[in-house]
Amino acid sequence: MAGSPLVHARGLVKEFGRLVAVDGIDFDVQRGEAFGFLGPNGAGKTSTMRIVGCISPPTAGTLRVLDLDPVADGARIRAKLGVVPQQDTLDSELTVRENILIYGRYFGLARADLREKAAQLLDFVQLSERADDPVEPLSGGMKRRLTIARSLVNDPQVLLLDEPTTGLDPQARHLVWDRLFRLKQQGASLILTTHYMDEAEQLCDRLVVMDNGKIVAEGSPLELIRRYSTREVVELRFADRPPEPAELRVDGLVDRIESLPDRILIYTEDGDHVATALHERGLETSSVLVRRSTLEDVFLHLTGRSLVD
Amino acid sequence: MELAARSYEFWLVRYRRVWRGSVATSVVNPVFYLAALGIGLGTLVNHSASRPGHVSYVDFVAPGLLAAAAMQTAAGEASFPILAAIKWTRQYQAMLATPLGIRDIFLGHQLFIVTRVLISSAIYLAVIAAFGTIHSPLGVLALPACVLLGAAFGTAIAAYTTGVAHEGNEFNALFRFGIVPMFLFSGTFFPVSRLPVPLDWIALATPLWHGVALCRDLTLGRGTLLADLGHAGYLTVWTLVGGALAYRFYRRRLVK
Ligand SMILES: Nc1ncnc2c1ncn2[C@@H]1O[C@H](COP(=O)(O)OP(=O)(O)OP(=O)(O)O)[C@@H](O)[C@H]1O
Ligand SMILES: [Mg+2]
Repeated sequence: MAGSPLVHARGLVKEFGRLVAVDGIDFDVQRGEAFGFLGPNGAGKTSTMRIVGCISPPTAGTLRVLDLDPVADGARIRAKLGVVPQQDTLDSELTVRENILIYGRYFGLARADLREKAAQLLDFVQLSERADDPVEPLSGGMKRRLTIARSLVNDPQVLLLDEPTTGLDPQARHLVWDRLFRLKQQGASLILTTHYMDEAEQLCDRLVVMDNGKIVAEGSPLELIRRYSTREVVELRFADRPPEPAELRVDGLVDRIESLPDRILIYTEDGDHVATALHERGLETSSVLVRRSTLEDVFLHLTGRSLVD
Repeated sequence: MELAARSYEFWLVRYRRVWRGSVATSVVNPVFYLAALGIGLGTLVNHSASRPGHVSYVDFVAPGLLAAAAMQTAAGEASFPILAAIKWTRQYQAMLATPLGIRDIFLGHQLFIVTRVLISSAIYLAVIAAFGTIHSPLGVLALPACVLLGAAFGTAIAAYTTGVAHEGNEFNALFRFGIVPMFLFSGTFFPVSRLPVPLDWIALATPLWHGVALCRDLTLGRGTLLADLGHAGYLTVWTLVGGALAYRFYRRRLVK
């Protein structure tokens, strides 16, 4: 089966009554790849993940997951997936270990094997010390790690992660990223959603940008930045009223200017040059920042809105 | 069925954490009720000219309480825990991401509810036996009768929970206008013939009355086979209809 994609979707649609959550999307996920859905709230990421996870039936479209048909073979597909839902579904009254054991039982795994497996997984996500504590008092980051450990109990061929680090502090996020990165190195295929551009850049080999149920762009993070943005960005903030964008044109060097409520972004290949030129013109700013373009800029360019509002 | 057993196991694991308290309650409850009603109230009733069922009051009320307790256990397990599994603890969602399907989730939970009824009814039956209220070897069959009654309520209330309940306050109406009146008026404490028309007809249509009548026939050893098969058949119909409805509502609720 080498070469056939893990997930193959064409014209996928999900409607909730009159609301179109997923509006005819096409994508393929290849084996061993980390594939991301990047998009703002309500873009349709979770709806898509639930369809791929064979939890929610699509309203229309073609879908193959692991070369099987989700409608006919949902249970067989789910047996090979690991799911980290956006909202945790841990049982807070059971212990950390029990949560993994019972979840493994849902997959029909033998109790004896599960004991060992649970210990390994808890070690992997650094929760061994909490193994016999109830889940209830765990921190958000610990619960997320436990959910990830739990999703690995059946040695899944694909891991579906819906916003794996939303709501975590930076340290907790880095720990999760590190574990996901290791899984990737071990050859796991990851499909994840996020509205953090840094997460998408760190983890995804390839991603699609979703907005309003549609895919508006597709590529590797670098490709997307090259295609839809410039190399660098100058961010200007102003104490008083900002100047008209036209006044900020530094001839031949400025590709595009975006005015946001709190700042102005100047897209250019040479940020330092533009910043210096503006300074020489005597422009009064409260701060000037020259940075590299990110997926945030790609999103802004594609949709006219920022990703995290 | 093998898949349903996996979701059943979840509920057992959960029950393992609370079984001691639950068993203690199952012992204490019947002791209190029998002491108060059988011995306390019974001494008054036994002097009356029209003793219900022409037996001592404790003998009359014990099988009624047994059946009513089975109803209450099933109602408790099929109300909040199901709603919680749908929307608060979201255990059903966890299961749905695994090979388990709606049918397995539904059947596994029903199996557990019936197990809970089996455990608490067995204890109840032992207690009423200790009070000397079982007058026939057929009395042991009151246990499967309770399980059947539990299944009738477990499925019907699961249908109510999955079809109607969203916030949990819907259960107030269920208990206030369903469970409590049934407990009081479906033959548990006095024969439904004492009720005015048409309330007696309504009482006769409740599944609890059939459960009470069946248990009473069995513990007193005096029913006719035909009547008792009728009661069991009626409860089976409730179970099947409730189960079919509940399964439909489970689907509608969980497949989004
Ligand atoms: N079960 C449902 N019933 C009705 N509408 C729904 C349901 N699930 C999602 N929607 C709607 O579908 C749209 C897409 O939602 P979805 O959860 O897929 O977005 P998302 O990209 O995951 O957003 P977020 O970043 O907030 O998680 C939203 O408008 C949402 O309200
Ligand atoms: Mg989402």
